[in-house]
Order: sequence, then structure tokens, then C-alpha cells
Amino acid sequence: MALVEIRDVHKTFGKVEVLKGVSLDVEEGEIVTIIGRSGSGKSTLLRCINALESVDTGEIRVEGRHVHARMPDLKKFRQRVGIVFQAFNLFPHLKVERNITLAPLLTGRIDKARARALAEDVLARVGLADKIDAWPEQLSGGQQQRVAIARCLAMAPHLMLFDEVTSALDPELVGEVLKVMEAMAKQGMTMILVTHEMGFARNVADRIVFMHQGRVWEQGSPAKLFANPETPELASFIASAK
Amino acid sequence: MRSFTLIDFVSLFAALRWTIALVVLAIAFGAPLALGLAMGRISRFTGLRWAMAGLIQTIQSVPLLGLLFFFYFGMPVFLGIQVPAILAVTVAYTLYTAAFLGEIWRGGLEAVKQAQWEAGACLGLSAWQQFRHIIAPQALRLSLPPTVGFLVQLIKGTSLASILGFVELARAGQVVSAATFQPLLTYALVAAIYFALCLPLTLWSRSLEARLDGSR
Repeated sequence: MALVEIRDVHKTFGKVEVLKGVSLDVEEGEIVTIIGRSGSGKSTLLRCINALESVDTGEIRVEGRHVHARMPDLKKFRQRVGIVFQAFNLFPHLKVERNITLAPLLTGRIDKARARALAEDVLARVGLADKIDAWPEQLSGGQQQRVAIARCLAMAPHLMLFDEVTSALDPELVGEVLKVMEAMAKQGMTMILVTHEMGFARNVADRIVFMHQGRVWEQGSPAKLFANPETPELASFIASAK
Repeated sequence: MRSFTLIDFVSLFAALRWTIALVVLAIAFGAPLALGLAMGRISRFTGLRWAMAGLIQTIQSVPLLGLLFFFYFGMPVFLGIQVPAILAVTVAYTLYTAAFLGEIWRGGLEAVKQAQWEAGACLGLSAWQQFRHIIAPQALRLSLPPTVGFLVQLIKGTSLASILGFVELARAGQVVSAATFQPLLTYALVAAIYFALCLPLTLWSRSLEARLDGSR
């Protein structure tokens, strides 16, 4: 059984059908990168996986459990699925430490005595141990995004979703975030990423999924997909992304 | 006619009790109600949102004087019950405070980005935890200047309670002025007392703003 099973998912916003029957499996430990033009439904699919959006028809299962906005243990479920956004979404009124420890404390994952150590630990993993007492806005975009990743890691998730996490960053800050993600990939984290970083997709992903017009258009290993795209849509996408 | 004496001075300060009491009553009952209204206004239940909006709109469009009249003189007429003056003013000022503070706080809550709720939800927090720990603290800071602005309005608005016989600061000023025939001195003094009441509030709000905004 795959960790994530997506079966024929449809999703409509108003009159626009964003997902037109998407099916996709992601195995435990797998790194799957979703690429495609804007509007192809990549981010929506990602948001459906942790029930930020509900699907109209079809089914999403994670660890065998049916995912939807009214699932009985939604909160517990979300603690196991981390998501990192393009806009970081750190809590601006809290210092870095509190940003990280707020959810683990409130959900009873850890107690007060362990909180600081937890923050130190996850910050070390994203290379920001020295920023524990900083305010979010004192950090660069790349640092904020790494704190956002650390905040997810503090919940010890089984699955991480990344929604264009480098798209809002200055080019020179992209690398530091990708490096952190690469390290996580090496440690065996299951990851689904929506990204425009073709280099990263090529080097780190186990599988690349090309979405086009709300469907999974083509998928396969990076080597195969980049070298021999089967569809003209993917070929032209790759050409334009270069 | 007599001259302005210490007695007059004391009577003005004595009247200040009522001004303060009215403000305290209005806040004590009005603020919790305002929070409820604000939360109702941003609720995902459409019916609740509309009901709260209607309530706020109605109260806001009635002059404060009208509210006071309604609860003191209107209740006996419409419902046949004589309402004690203190109850009438408390209800009127409570509703007035709730409606205006409610809208101010709703604005503050809505000014916090939707993504902040989402970020909390994604970490497995309940809706209440998101509100309490993520949204409310940010909204509070955003709402602080207009909240204090409203408080100052409220302090001055208590003078209307004199209509129902409350000898608060403004009414006491009238009495003293009539007795001493020294309106200029008396009202200058009344104004100074109002000023002394409002200035610390404004200063306090500024320092609080600076403190809540720890990141700058």
C-alpha cells in the first residue's frame, strides 16, 4: 500500500475545473516532484492532500486513511503531514523559538521543559541554531523559509509537502533552502514538492510528475522525463523552463 | 452668586466618580459582547454573520442619546416596565461599546492574513487555538490605536448620561458654573479633567503598541 493514494480526484473552483481526474501514488520514502505550468492544478492537488481543500469527487488516502476536511482526527492527521508554503507564513508576533514550539506545546507533543531543546534541535537541522531568539522579520527570506521547515520538522511529520517554497525567494537565497530539503530527502523523508526548480527536480526527485490542464500528463524518472518527453506538452514545458 | 471655592473643586472631582463608573460598566459588559460580535462577524456561518452585522448596524445608526432615551423612557412605554436609571445607562452604554468595539476588532481580525489561520491549522491546531495564539494577538496590536480612540470617545460620551440625572463630570460642571457664575473657569477645569483622563490612555496605548510589536 502506498503512503499516499490519490484516486480520480476532481476539484472545481467556481466554474473552473482545476483537477480533472488526478490519480497518483506516492510510496513511503519517495521524493516526488510535481511540475507544470501555473494553473495546471499542482498546488491545488498538494493542498488537497492535507485537506486544506476538499475534493469534489474521487478519494485521497494517506497511510490508508481517507483524507477530507471533516475527518474525525483531522488535527492529528495534520500533525503527521507537514506543509511548507511559498509565503513562509511564520507567525510574525512570535520569536523563532516560539514559532517552532507553539504547536508541539499546544498539541501536547512535548512539555515546556523540552521545548527549547526541540527548537534547538530542528533549527540545527536547517542550519539556523543561532537564530533561535530572532524575530521572523529580522531574517532573510531564505532563513524564514528554513524556520518554516524547522517548524514542520518539530511535529515529526511522516510526509512533507512543499508548495513552491523557493518561488518567493531572491535567486541567491534559493540554494540554502534547497540544500536543507536535499538533506531531508537523504534522511528518507517522504516528500511531495511542487516546484519550478528544474535542477532540483532532476537531481533529487525519484519521480517527476508533469501536470497539464488538471491532469497527470506524464510521469517517470527524471532521467527519462527530461531526456525523452513523450508528449509535446512536456517537451515544450521543458524547453521553456530552461 | 458666590465665588469659586474648594467645595466646587471637590464637587467636580466627586462627579468624576460617575464618569469613571459609567466607563467601567460600559467596558466590563461591552467588551466581552464586542468580542462575541467580532467573532460572529467573521464566522463561517452566513446566518450568524448577517445577524451580527444587522445588530451592529442598527446600534451604530442610533445616536447614543437615542439609546439612552430608548432604554430609560422607551421601555416603560413599550414594555410597561420601569427601568432603573443605572440599568438603562448600563445597557445603553454596553450596546454602544459592543457595537463600535466589535467592528473595530472585526477589522483587526480580518486584517490578519488568512494564511496565518491556515499555517496554524496545518500544524494541527484547533480553530480556537489558532484564534487564541495566532490571530488574536496580531489583531490586538492592529486594533489598539482605534480601540483607545474609542475609549476616549466613550469617556466623553458619558456626559450624555446627565440627561437621565447622573451628575457626572459635565453635569457637575454645569451646576458649579451656574452656582458660581464662573463658566470660563469651571469649564476650563472640566476640560482639564477630561484631558487628564484621556491623555494617559493615549500614552499607555503608545507604549503598549511598542511593546506588542516586539520585533521592531
